Formats: sequence, structure tokens, C-alpha cells
Amino acid sequence: MTSTPAGRQELALETQSISKHFGAVRAVDELSLVIPRQGTTSIVGPNGSGKSTLVNLLSGVLPLDGGMVIIDGVGLRVVKAHDTPDHGLTRTFQEVRLFDQITVWDNIMVVLTERRLFPALFERARPATRQKARDILEQVGMWDKRDSLAQDLSYGQRKLVEIGRALAMNVNTYLMDEPFAGLFPQMIERVKSIMKQMRADGHTIVFISHNMEIVRELSDRIIVLDSGALLAAGEVEPVLNSEEVIEAYLGA
Amino acid sequence: MPFDTQRIGELAGLIRNPGDLARYARRNIELWASLFILGWAVAFMFWQGAGFAVIIGTVFAIWAILSVSLNLVVGYTGLLSVGHIGFFGIGAYTMAILTSDPAYEQLRTEAIPTFGWPFFAVLPICAVLAGLAAILVGVVFNRFRDDIFVLASFGFAIIAFNVFLNLRPVTRGAFGIHEIARPQVGGWYFDGELEFLMLCLVFLAVVMLISWFIVSSSFGRVLTAIREDEPAIEVFGYRATQYKLAVWVISAMMAGIAGGLFASWTTFIDPNSFILLESVLLVSIVILGGLATIWGSLLGAMAFVLLEEGMRFIPFLPNEYIGQARQVVLGIMLVLLMLFRPQGLVGRYRL
Repeated sequence: MTSTPAGRQELALETQSISKHFGAVRAVDELSLVIPRQGTTSIVGPNGSGKSTLVNLLSGVLPLDGGMVIIDGVGLRVVKAHDTPDHGLTRTFQEVRLFDQITVWDNIMVVLTERRLFPALFERARPATRQKARDILEQVGMWDKRDSLAQDLSYGQRKLVEIGRALAMNVNTYLMDEPFAGLFPQMIERVKSIMKQMRADGHTIVFISHNMEIVRELSDRIIVLDSGALLAAGEVEPVLNSEEVIEAYLGA
Repeated sequence: MPFDTQRIGELAGLIRNPGDLARYARRNIELWASLFILGWAVAFMFWQGAGFAVIIGTVFAIWAILSVSLNLVVGYTGLLSVGHIGFFGIGAYTMAILTSDPAYEQLRTEAIPTFGWPFFAVLPICAVLAGLAAILVGVVFNRFRDDIFVLASFGFAIIAFNVFLNLRPVTRGAFGIHEIARPQVGGWYFDGELEFLMLCLVFLAVVMLISWFIVSSSFGRVLTAIREDEPAIEVFGYRATQYKLAVWVISAMMAGIAGGLFASWTTFIDPNSFILLESVLLVSIVILGGLATIWGSLLGAMAFVLLEEGMRFIPFLPNEYIGQARQVVLGIMLVLLMLFRPQGLVGRYRL
């Protein structure tokens, strides 16, 4: 770990020439970018441009092949998944990854309880923890479904529970991998309003989306990736209207 | 509720529609399975007499300790281990060797070290040695997942068996160890079968209590999350490997206790009691009863023991085929179960 100058504390996330190769495929290639604290940043790019890989690298789900990730001012050459909450970061998955054969209630409770081994063995759910789980489930509108197994929910409901699980972590930075993919309009509105609320609460949100309408509506900033490299970053409209971005998207 | 109108209405509806009856039966299969097996046990007791029931009860208690402990690993944590019998064997051999009396004649050929320690001093050592072995094995096994884990635990079962068979200066190899002492506290000997049954049931109760304590804690909830998606639970700040190792060691210690009880009860052990097949049967019991349920493991063990011992009394079956026939019947039962009720008799979860 290395310390960083105080000025960088303005940044929630920073990557310094990080790489990830799958065989000959350079999924993320010497990528350097910054994500400021607070507000909503969207990551867009064509399929295979390395968006999901980037999120997996930042959350420690995939190991880095090179470079450094700076989370909350702490530089990491190896990101361990189980340390990311301590750095104030959590995520949702593109293909919803709930704990399928346990209840919705337990899916939320499991991230609210003790991490250390022996205290966990002697911990029974406290009323305050239960209340928190209840608040989360009510916020995402899944309180009625608390006793269902996660696998019995519809796709949209599963997405909502997964967002709830991330919310329950109560960290600074949320990485959301395609929170809108495969949702019908009513659900999209619900997820949008949850994300707006998160933003209003002062959290940093980074989300991947293909839906430019939603990107325009929610984002403060935008990052465009192409072939694992940074194509453009900054304010939404200027970036989306720039020639190189239009070219990448239309494949001209 | 002496007069539950809704229930009566429900029952009245059943008679009118046979399709509902089937659905009703299926919905309550846990209850019926439990009642059926318990009823079978009671019937068996009356049929064969109390003396035999006591012996069967002891066999049941030992299998139940094993299956409840294995369910922590297989059912709750999702690690399909077929090596559990190795820890059982370590417990049994620890008991056999540490309680062996130097005065026994036969121990002078193929002599092994004799200690002559008392049963109750050795039983904790059985658990500790099984636990130590589990730490060594578990540190390596923590790298594995799913099918690779199954193969690795398979390897452990084979290694354990071969150590029991070939470490002759300690285990007497294929000769086995005879005249293992029964427990004794002061002037009170547990040499009667009934006393020993009581002892085994006490340990079964303790193992069930500990298991219940584990699975109802936050720790237990994390285990189920590891079973469902290990990489995902890591993202939420849990070191899954630590949890897996902890439950693996606890489970092995319980198996060690079962081994100690078993050795003292049979008073004779040889490596054939700890072959891989026994381990596979044990996994079958856990799946039969239901994954991630303590009650299910108890029922599974009871059904298995009743089946095993009950077939002894089928009149037309010659004695020499009994052993094979039980395995065939158990095999058929498992296939049927996987076809029609993959979650086991009282379970909710699938492998």
C-alpha cells in the first residue's frame, strides 16, 4: 500500500494503467481513469469493451494483471474481494448473484452481521440489525417477499434484492454492473428512483448501462471505454456528442 | 385448536378430489416421512425386543452423530466431502490405541504401544486429533471447490484407509485391535449395552445442540451463503476460506468423537470399518434425510439403520446375500429419491 497526496482524496476511485488479459484478449489494457467522490458516473462502451472486467477488477473479483487501483486514497496492487468493504466499496453483478437457496431476508441479513469468525458464532440477530434489514427491504419494495427463497423471485425482483443487498453494506462507493438490463419500464423507474436517492444521500455511484436515455438522465459524468482503453471521459453531453464516441458506437 | 374449521374444510375437500389428496400428501411429506420412520422404529422395537433395539439404537446414535456432523459440511456449507470416514477412523484408532491395556495377551504379537488410559480421558483426544488432521487437510482443501473438492476428499478417504492398513507398528494393520476398553467412571462400568446406548445418546444430543447453535448463528447464515455463491460472499467482506476451515474442523472433531464411541462399543476395529464405501453411505444418509437440516440427518440415519438391520429378518433372503442386498436396496432408494425428491425427506435445498 502506498499513501497518496491529500488532493487525491477528492477521488473515490482511481486506476493507474491497470490491465487484464484473457489469453490474447486484452480486456482492459493500461487503463487509467479517475472517478470523483459523490455523484453518479456511468461507464458506457460497445460489447467487449471491458466495462464488466473493469468493475470486476475494482471489486477484487478478478485479479489485476498489472497497474494499481486507488480506492478511497489507498493504493492497491492486489485488490482482495473481502477487503473491499473496508475500503468503502461494494457492487452488484450483471448476472444477478443472489444466494439462491436462502430467503430474501437472509440475503439481506448476511451482509449486516459480524464478519469475524468467533463473534459470528455467538451472534444472534439483534433487533437493531433486524430493523435495518426491514428498512432496506421496504426501501426496495421487497418486504412482502422476505420469506421467499431468492431463486423463486422474478428477474426484476432479484435485481431489486441485489440492489438492496448492496445498500445494506452502507459504504461510500457502489459499483453497479448493468442495473437496468432486462427490466421492464416500471422496474426501471423504481431502480432509477433508488439510485437518485442514493446520490442524494451523498454516495458515489458508478454504473454500467447501454441505455443512453438513462445514462443522460442519471449521470453527472461519463466514461467511454473501447477495446479496454479509455476513449473519452467527462461531462455527459460533450462526450456523447464527440466524434470519436459516435464513431466507436456506429462502428464507422 | 380443537375445532379448526379451515382444516376440516381442507380435509373434507380431499375426499371429494383425489388429485388434491396427492397434493396434500406431497405438501406434508416431511411430516409423513418423519412419522413413518419413527413408527417403523417403534414397530421394530416391539418386533425384535428391547435387547436388540438397544444395540440398534447405539448403531443409530453413532451414525447420527456422523451424519449430523457431515451435514454441517455438505448441507450447510456445500462442500461434498466423501472423506468424513477418515476422521471417524482417526477417532476410533485413537480410542483403541490409547485405552489398550498392556496386560492383553494378543497385543504381544504385532505389538503396538499400549497406554491403558481411561475412556473419558481419551475421548477428548479423539476429537482433538481428528481436528488436527482436519486442519492439515483443510488448509490444502480450501483451494478446491465443487467437483475438485469431491475428488480431493475421495483421495483423503483412501489415504486414511491405507494409513490404518499399513501403519502396522501403531494400528496392527489388518489384524485390527481387539479388546478395546469400555468406559468406566470410578466403580461405575458402562459394560452393559443400555448404559452405552445412554452414553451415545448423550453425545448425540450434545452434537445436535452444537450443530443447532452453529447453524442458527450469524456464522451459520454465512455458511449457507458460501454454499450458494462463494465468490459473491467474499465481495461482502467475508473470508470464506476461514469459515470453511472452521466448520470443517468442527465437523471432523464430532466425527472423531463418534469414532471413539464406535471403537469402545464394538471393542474391535480393523481398517475394514473405515473404507470409502462407508463414507459414501454416510453421504447418502445425509442426502436421504435432507441437506441443511439436523432433523433430516437424524431421520436419514434412523431409516438407514432400520433398513440395514431390518433386512436381516427377511425370511427368504439367504444370509450370505444380506450385505449385498442392503446396498442394492439403498442404491435403488437413492435413485428414486433423486428422481422424485432431490431435496431429501425433510430438506429444502438441493446439491
